[in-house]
Amino acid sequence: MIEFKNTSKVYENGVHALKNINLKIEKGEFLFLVGPSGAGKSTFIKLLLREEQATAGKILVDGEDITKLSQRQIPYLRRKISVVFQDFRLLEDKTLYENVAFAMQVIGASPKEIRRQVPMMLGMVGLSDRASQYPHQLSGGEKQRVSIARAIVNRPIVLIADEPTGNLDPDTAWEVMKVLRYISRRGTTILMATHAKDIVDVMQQRVVAIEKGNIVRDVQRGIYGYEA
Amino acid sequence: MKLRSLQYIVQQSFKGIWRNKGMSVASISSVAASLTILGLMMVLVLNMGHLASLAQTQFDSVQVYLEEDMDSQKIDDLGTEIRQINGVAYIHYESKEMALTNMKERWGEQGYLLDTLEDNPLPNSFIVHVEHIRYSDDVVDVIAGLSGVDEIRYYRDIIDNLIRIAGLVRSIGLIVIAVLILIATFIISNTIKLTINARKREIRIMKDVGATNWFIRWPFFLEGTILGLVGAMIALTIIYFGYQTIFDMVTTRFFVIFSAYLLSVEEMMQRTLVMFAVLGAGVGALGSIISLRKHLEI
Repeated sequence: MIEFKNTSKVYENGVHALKNINLKIEKGEFLFLVGPSGAGKSTFIKLLLREEQATAGKILVDGEDITKLSQRQIPYLRRKISVVFQDFRLLEDKTLYENVAFAMQVIGASPKEIRRQVPMMLGMVGLSDRASQYPHQLSGGEKQRVSIARAIVNRPIVLIADEPTGNLDPDTAWEVMKVLRYISRRGTTILMATHAKDIVDVMQQRVVAIEKGNIVRDVQRGIYGYEA
Repeated sequence: MKLRSLQYIVQQSFKGIWRNKGMSVASISSVAASLTILGLMMVLVLNMGHLASLAQTQFDSVQVYLEEDMDSQKIDDLGTEIRQINGVAYIHYESKEMALTNMKERWGEQGYLLDTLEDNPLPNSFIVHVEHIRYSDDVVDVIAGLSGVDEIRYYRDIIDNLIRIAGLVRSIGLIVIAVLILIATFIISNTIKLTINARKREIRIMKDVGATNWFIRWPFFLEGTILGLVGAMIALTIIYFGYQTIFDMVTTRFFVIFSAYLLSVEEMMQRTLVMFAVLGAGVGALGSIISLRKHLEI
């Protein structure tokens, strides 16, 4: 599904963000990416989304080397690899329904598809009855669930969650985790970068730790492994 | 591009225009002002060109003024000499008395004014018709060398003057218009910049969910083009009514005969319509491209 092969990233300022990374992620896996701030997690995600270009090595997604993609092909990569952020990134002047529908509109989905898909996604994240409300009427956890619904509405094969619970209190964080686990069980590969020790420890999924640009640990059913 | 995408793009571009009403009005006005001035210049230049070409076809004759105090023998001799020049079709003698009578006729009702003249100030002249307009320069050269010739007037003087003035108007006008169009482009690019800033979040999300770059760019591009086109339409309207008014004024208040020398309103619109639409849309598109390149990193 996803494979990093001897992948390195050196920024123009000389920082070696990733050093010769080798990592294989199978379809349907739920993977935690942990490590101190500045260790290379963000670079790892940016390379997958082609916001940054690797300076050496390959990154295979679905068998295709995405380091070779042209600028024109990148939007299509991002339909396969979707992302949610710590800050939700919802449009405040649109309802929940419109926020999710927006992601479909901008890639040219038909109104019929939109009408079918959007309620289904809102149902999946447990917000069907809030569809006509605006983001400011929601709690942080609910906002994050909307942003997850938007991220998966175009049926990506991978969902990247970049510290999705970073702005949430523990209770609402768990609401979000339940949704992610549910999506994962339905077959979407999930890659979550996080600092949330208790979540990683409880979920018991594969944990990959990055430090100073190297993978220092890769364990199935792992734990966070750092002081919270 | 899919039809529903087109609908979205058009909708977004009008939203952009509406969101920055003030700047949109400023953009449209600057395009309209630049193009109106361009139109004014075209009215002048085209009419001068038109007049020059009319003069060429209608005045294929050369007026040769004779020196004072020539006796009739000398005048006859000169006439014979002119007749023998290569390219001269026929000549026609106009004495100073005939010239005055003709002038009275031309002046019509105001002709009585000429009665008060004590002396007839008009000279004797030959009106030389050339076989073809292209001989006129050569013919004039030869006549100028003959004795007894005081002055030669022919259409070329008028045309040369017209062409010189038209050229001057054109060069000054082009500089003014280049500056104005630059300003209009700058204002439009700033308007688009505002829309881009207002939609930063939206653009970010669009990129994240995989909208193509052109899908993201199109609304801004279209917004600029619409602003330019609306400006061009306003300029065309101003020129249409403005030129019609001038045309009517000249032909009714002054002489109907002038209408033959002026380009008709229809012809003027024919010459400006497409040009203005292209220029307006072009300025708008250019303005938005500048903004897109500078402020939209996709």
